[in-house]
Amino acid sequence: MFFLENAWLVPLIPALSFVVILLFGKRLPYQGSEVGIASVGASFVLACGAAIQWIDRVGDAGGDEHGGEGPVEHALRSVGRSVGRLGAEETGAHGGPDAIHRSLTWFQNGGVKLDVGIQIDGLAVMMMFVVTLVSLLVHVYSVEYMRGDRRFTYFYAALSLFSASMLLLVVADNTLQLLVGWELVGLCSFMLIGHWWEEGANVNAAVKAFLTTRTGDIGLLIGVLMTYFMVERATGEGSFNIIAVNQAAMSGDVGGTFLFWCAAALLLGIIGKSGQFPLHTWLPDAMAGPTPVSALIHAATMVVAGVYLGARVYPVFYEGLDLARGGINLMAAVGGITVVIGAALAFVQDDIKKVLAYSTISQLGYMVMGLGVGAWTAAIFHLFTHAFFKALLFLAAGSVSHSGAHHSFDMKKDMGGLRRWMPQTFAVFMVGSLALAGIFPLAGFWSKDEILLGASEADYKLFLYVGLIGALMTAAYMTRCVYLTFFGEYRGGAHAHADPTHLTGDDLVEHHLAEVQDDAAHAPDHGDHHGGPHESNRWLTAPLWILAFFSVFAGLLNATAFDIDRFTEWTNPSASYFVELEHHDFDVVMAAISVGIALLGIALAYAYYWRGMGLQNFSERNALARSGKRFLVNKYYLDALYEGVIVRGIKGPLARAAYWVNQKVIDNVLNYSGRGAMALGRVTYDYVDQKGVDGVMNGLAISTGEAGGAVRRIQTGRLQFYALMLVLGVGAFALALWIAA
Amino acid sequence: MLLNQFLLLSAFLFGVGIYGVLTRKHTVLVLMSVELMLAAVNLNLVAFGAYNDTVAGQVFALFVLTIAAAEVGVGLAIVLLIYRNIHSADLDDVDVLKG
Repeated sequence: MFFLENAWLVPLIPALSFVVILLFGKRLPYQGSEVGIASVGASFVLACGAAIQWIDRVGDAGGDEHGGEGPVEHALRSVGRSVGRLGAEETGAHGGPDAIHRSLTWFQNGGVKLDVGIQIDGLAVMMMFVVTLVSLLVHVYSVEYMRGDRRFTYFYAALSLFSASMLLLVVADNTLQLLVGWELVGLCSFMLIGHWWEEGANVNAAVKAFLTTRTGDIGLLIGVLMTYFMVERATGEGSFNIIAVNQAAMSGDVGGTFLFWCAAALLLGIIGKSGQFPLHTWLPDAMAGPTPVSALIHAATMVVAGVYLGARVYPVFYEGLDLARGGINLMAAVGGITVVIGAALAFVQDDIKKVLAYSTISQLGYMVMGLGVGAWTAAIFHLFTHAFFKALLFLAAGSVSHSGAHHSFDMKKDMGGLRRWMPQTFAVFMVGSLALAGIFPLAGFWSKDEILLGASEADYKLFLYVGLIGALMTAAYMTRCVYLTFFGEYRGGAHAHADPTHLTGDDLVEHHLAEVQDDAAHAPDHGDHHGGPHESNRWLTAPLWILAFFSVFAGLLNATAFDIDRFTEWTNPSASYFVELEHHDFDVVMAAISVGIALLGIALAYAYYWRGMGLQNFSERNALARSGKRFLVNKYYLDALYEGVIVRGIKGPLARAAYWVNQKVIDNVLNYSGRGAMALGRVTYDYVDQKGVDGVMNGLAISTGEAGGAVRRIQTGRLQFYALMLVLGVGAFALALWIAA
Repeated sequence: MLLNQFLLLSAFLFGVGIYGVLTRKHTVLVLMSVELMLAAVNLNLVAFGAYNDTVAGQVFALFVLTIAAAEVGVGLAIVLLIYRNIHSADLDDVDVLKG
């Protein structure tokens, strides 16, 4: 149990490495990258250890549970499963063993206790594994990709901080800690997107990402607070603990409307962070950051934080949105819309990273839709497999740009026919694309198929169709992407280094700096780019092959066709705090349909691009098609709506109002109080000082003088006068004595 | 003889002497008035001595006479010096200490 109970080390080690890299990185022989790789490597080892121990734990618990069944029933069941669908049967929806839970009280005030702790169950273990693995591969990849970068050390520091934050989020046992991790990953995303902040476009993208997710975080914050009070309503004492929240949601002691709004608020947070419609606009712009960042944060880990949240507090959604009912619900609707609009936009992108970004949006839509139709395990499984093949695709795109397209990402202008020079990258990209499209037996097939199966079985037919349409589009746009990048003729030759107009944010600044200053610092970097495209070196390709391996084989963890449901076993949470999850047997018909749809998509794209069939350049001939294309290219005018209408509408009047307050109110207060003080001063001077105080002083002096003058008249200097005074005095004295006696 | 007649005379002389000191312009006349006052005092002393049948009164009067003589000498010397400085024996002209 060591790894499970000490899983708090997993986020701690990267956090320490963040500090170390920040303080000492520049002086180290590899500028801090060795510290980063070592720390994430250590976390990966710990995560693997935790995974092994958890699997053991599940095995132990499962053995006890299944002990009641005889061997005969067990055998019959496995026979039944391997035959195929046996009606809408549910198989073994027990749920796994209890989570390992460790916490300590961070802060206590009145009745409110804030803890920090870990809750390790199968879901957390799975996420730890994914996050540390992808982070480790990205760290290794960045050694070569970011070689010579002006902020190499800070890049690794930020990557470490990100890993630590994401892992903090993953192991969190209470919603507040999850919120802290959530905000921290948002911050790291901001830092890393704006890594080359000398270009204004990158800064805008970073700010846009941060603010858009912030908008969703309003909902998250409200949701977290509401769940606290929900626990209070159910048990009498509020708590942020996730298990307590789940149990309260399932207990039935909380009103339906209240639960609905809890779920809706948390859903808003998911929409912001996981790029669902309508807050998806930040993800494509986030591609301004370096490619390893896009692979780690905007494909495999941060964006799935929303889905993870949905999975962790699933009973809130399950009860609040009544997911068992079927038909339509808010979560599935949001996911479904996202699937389609993301896929549609991927068709009109020329930038390879933007294609992948919209693909990510679409796949995140699948995950949220999966959660929304009650297919919890399928959604999490899709998260698992998607992390691998999407990270693979991003890193491969980075490899293409780094070695084949002069650091550009524009497919139409700088790529084409690269399979001749970059065979390894081509191979892994194909693997990733096929996995994404959902071709049997690669990873994406198993996970996507399970979602579709879940939608159809649980009476969510609409979302089944949405999912199938999405699958068609996914296959088609990925084929387009593959064609434009690796087939056809090479278009990058005409623009060897010199032309900077096509460089995107990624390398535009590096190009400018190289022009402005001496190229000496960049010589080793550019040295191997002289001459045409070539395969990338081992630092870049090794992570690609590892991810390709996972893209191919990771799906087999839950290959229900072969009667394997290891993944389900390992990740399903304990029944003590989780809803009963339905699992469906493998359905050959559904699988065949989904593969067929994917192949159809590939075939259609093949026909269009390779054979030149179909309506080539239709949008140039037809006005309706042109306006449709323009609508897509302008991203449904959502950006115009958000920035031009909403933001400007708020900030314009707000700014004018603030300016008015500043000029008229504040300045006038200051001016008039200044003038008042001056007037007061003048009055004080004229009346109090000159006339009053001086008057008293002068009066005193004058009166003293007058008195003196009066008394002086006695001093005549004449002797006889003095003698007279003497005599009169004596006489008065004698008189007084005579009277007294 | 009754005592009070001597005292009355002495008082009368003293009063005249005071009048003279206060009103005479000429300094020597003032000195003469002072002598008159002293004489009145002498008379007083002797009268009381005779009344009480003791010689002390007369002895005291002798002292007073001596002092009066010395004082007149000093006083006249002062008058002479004043006259030498301001060429006037008028007491009203000595007003250097006028404030």
